[in-house]
Amino acid sequence: MSKLRELGNDLYSGRVSLDIVGRRKIWYSVAIVMVIISVLAPIARGGFNFGIEFRGGSEFRIDGVGATSQQIARDAVTSVEPESQPIVTSIGVDSVRIQTEQLDDVTTEEIRIALASAYGVESGAVASSFIGANWGADVTSKAINGLIVFLILVSVLMALYFRTFKMSVAALAALAHDVVITAGIYALSGFEVTPAAVIGLLTILGYSLYDTVVVFDKVRENTLGVEFSESTTFASQVNLAVNQTLVRSVNTSVVAVLPVAAILFIGASLLGVGTLIDIALALFIGMLVGTYSSIFIASPVYVHLREKEARFVAKP
Amino acid sequence: MATSSTVKSARKSLVWLFVIIAGFTGLIGFGSLADENASFTPKLALDLQGGTQVILAPLLLDGQAVTTEQLDQAVAIIRQRVDASGVSESQVTTQGDTNIIVSIPGVPDENTLALIKASAKLEFRAVLVTSQGLPLSSVDGADAADGTEATDPAPAETPAPEQAAPVDASDLNWITPEIQKEFDELDCSTAFREPGQIDDPKIPLVTCDVSGTAKFILGPVEVDGANIADASNGTVQSSTGASTNTWAVNLEFDPVGSTAFATVTQRLFPLDQPRNQFAITLDGFVITAPTTQAVISNGSAQITGSFDRDSSKVLADQLKYGSLPIGFEVQSQENISATLGQDQLTGGLIAGLIGLILVVIYSAFQYRGLAIVTIGSLLVAAILVYLLIAFLSWRQGYRLSLAGVAGLIVSIGITVDSFIIYFERVRDEIREGRNLEQAVENGWKRSIRTILASDAVSFTAAAVLFFLTVGNVRGFAFTLGLTTLVDLIVVLLFTHPLLRLLARTKFFSSGHPWSGFDSKALKASGYIGRGQFRVAPSLSAGKAGKVSKEAATRQTIAERKAQQAIQEADKSGGK
Repeated sequence: MSKLRELGNDLYSGRVSLDIVGRRKIWYSVAIVMVIISVLAPIARGGFNFGIEFRGGSEFRIDGVGATSQQIARDAVTSVEPESQPIVTSIGVDSVRIQTEQLDDVTTEEIRIALASAYGVESGAVASSFIGANWGADVTSKAINGLIVFLILVSVLMALYFRTFKMSVAALAALAHDVVITAGIYALSGFEVTPAAVIGLLTILGYSLYDTVVVFDKVRENTLGVEFSESTTFASQVNLAVNQTLVRSVNTSVVAVLPVAAILFIGASLLGVGTLIDIALALFIGMLVGTYSSIFIASPVYVHLREKEARFVAKP
Repeated sequence: MATSSTVKSARKSLVWLFVIIAGFTGLIGFGSLADENASFTPKLALDLQGGTQVILAPLLLDGQAVTTEQLDQAVAIIRQRVDASGVSESQVTTQGDTNIIVSIPGVPDENTLALIKASAKLEFRAVLVTSQGLPLSSVDGADAADGTEATDPAPAETPAPEQAAPVDASDLNWITPEIQKEFDELDCSTAFREPGQIDDPKIPLVTCDVSGTAKFILGPVEVDGANIADASNGTVQSSTGASTNTWAVNLEFDPVGSTAFATVTQRLFPLDQPRNQFAITLDGFVITAPTTQAVISNGSAQITGSFDRDSSKVLADQLKYGSLPIGFEVQSQENISATLGQDQLTGGLIAGLIGLILVVIYSAFQYRGLAIVTIGSLLVAAILVYLLIAFLSWRQGYRLSLAGVAGLIVSIGITVDSFIIYFERVRDEIREGRNLEQAVENGWKRSIRTILASDAVSFTAAAVLFFLTVGNVRGFAFTLGLTTLVDLIVVLLFTHPLLRLLARTKFFSSGHPWSGFDSKALKASGYIGRGQFRVAPSLSAGKAGKVSKEAATRQTIAERKAQQAIQEADKSGGK
């Protein structure tokens, strides 16, 4: 680990320098390929695997059951509603989730009681919910409104702070990259898209920008007065900044991902599907992609946007 | 020198932090003595506590929109109904600009649910008979109403053995023996109406007023509440246009309502008490039964009586929104078992704890002795967040949901990040050849900028999400925003002052290998000991040209001057 610190020293002084800005064509190609895959994946696979909140329907959850046999649930549901085709999922060690089409109140109550007696638990241990089909869509459309406002606000905020709009543009490019790829991974893997996953996606936006701002602040510092320097270029100063913040970026990502990974672990082993694990999964993917993009996308794009400016070019 | 002032200001910050923590602790502590809502245990949302959550969405026609006022009124009506059904601790709130959330602990019965879903109905009916809201004590029901307000001997005609068909809505022939019996036996102090009961508008209605002091037999519905165009409260204007001290409720009908109301007043005006009264019912209860004092044909009525500003406002609001032109549909209904919520909370807490331990281990691994600062800061942050949540749960009715717990866990990483930014900057300064005290001061000046900028982004994200989204997203955004603020407070009032003080201890300032500021390791990259000017690092031939250029220009003129000044100070200080 002291190697990491040595690496930190070397990165800081420039003894070791990863040519991130210079090789930007490689990162761009990687990003473009990933984005294309992410866009094509949902089309190829026939869209996302939307959760019940988006499809609408009734859901039952039974906790503390001895046997998680799915047939018991199917029989219990069809005994009340013969036409029904329930989707039964075992969760963790002692929980079962049953999703059906939309049912009315009376049928729901009957099935609840039928399930409780079938699994030999109290009817209180069976949770039921009914979700209208536009509930998820409603939440999402609000979230998208929020997203647009957020992006505009943050772009202005960053442009004011960094005194250049190009940093906002570069940061947004990295952000778009993160969101598209995270969505693509969801489409490819068939993970269920729930409102909680949407929350996770929204958080990635904040996190990805947060990460980019930290790198850009060092870039800002390093490129101050670079147009008066005769011995260095804009691109190399940005590259130095990225290298100097590399150790921080790695440390930050590890520290941010650890708690999220803990949720995923606990979620998978104890809780099963639910709000926590849905948020954590989206975050886990998004944070990894977000760290990558603030190093390999945001800074190169920023250099791309600025190095052609007259004052940086008009140097020997 | 500046040393003692550094210590002083560091101590001052720590004292402030202590004051803030003690302040909140004391506030909640004293609060819990006086107010049962105050407690050190934050209230939990339904998904952790177990219970039923019903989300109602308005049924809107195309292009129709719900106003905030309408929604608030609907919330008030639903809250009244739920409270009346005897369910305690229920919550009725709006969600976003259109939806209403009803949260009820435990599993509610069918009646309660029906009650919530029923839409409010405001109706105008003519009063036929009225009396005190008690059942008739005498068995002999012939002389029914011992009317308190009523002087009309209406009941005398009542039990006509062969009833003629009623000719209009005020006709006492509406009162059949069954209705009379129902009226006689009615006790307003009992729950005589089914929750969500819907009355046939074409037949008479036997009911009480909302306070339960009077009971009525009312004729069929004559004007529907939906025909009220507007209602407002104000003081009565005298004939000269000067305002008097009498409060009144002004009613405006739409064209349909105006015609209907004109017919009613025309018929009622010549009648005697109580048949010249018309009752306005909300969900079947009489909210007011004013006497007709004139024939009103222009659709603008004024109700006067013993109103004050507030009571006239309440009635005006009830009239205006009592019968919403919109109904509500159940958008989602969720029963969460208490055990499930408990499991989720436990799982979340375990996950948080594991996450915290992993972060502490990693930071000890990376920052050695500095991990103490990280752990201390996280601890302070945790205490502050906990107190704030308990405080907001008491004052603002905030409830911690599962998404909120997720927000808290995620925020561990983001909080620690600001320490990492700070530590890395201090290390950078040490690499530049500064001693620890100087490195801390300089590193702080640079890193606080970055921390402020990045926290501003985080906070903006949280604030926008909070204000523009609904449900779970809000709970999550709330904790995220809260922890971002706490992060700033902790960095300013704890992490930085603590590091300033630690920088003066021998263990840290000597650059002990376990301090996390191992000066030898950090300066290994071509910077010789403390106070010495940096020399160009010796490099492999390939990179040398490029890198030395960077190294030479990386410092601004001001920075170089500052560094020279430090060296001189160091030399003359002769430490």
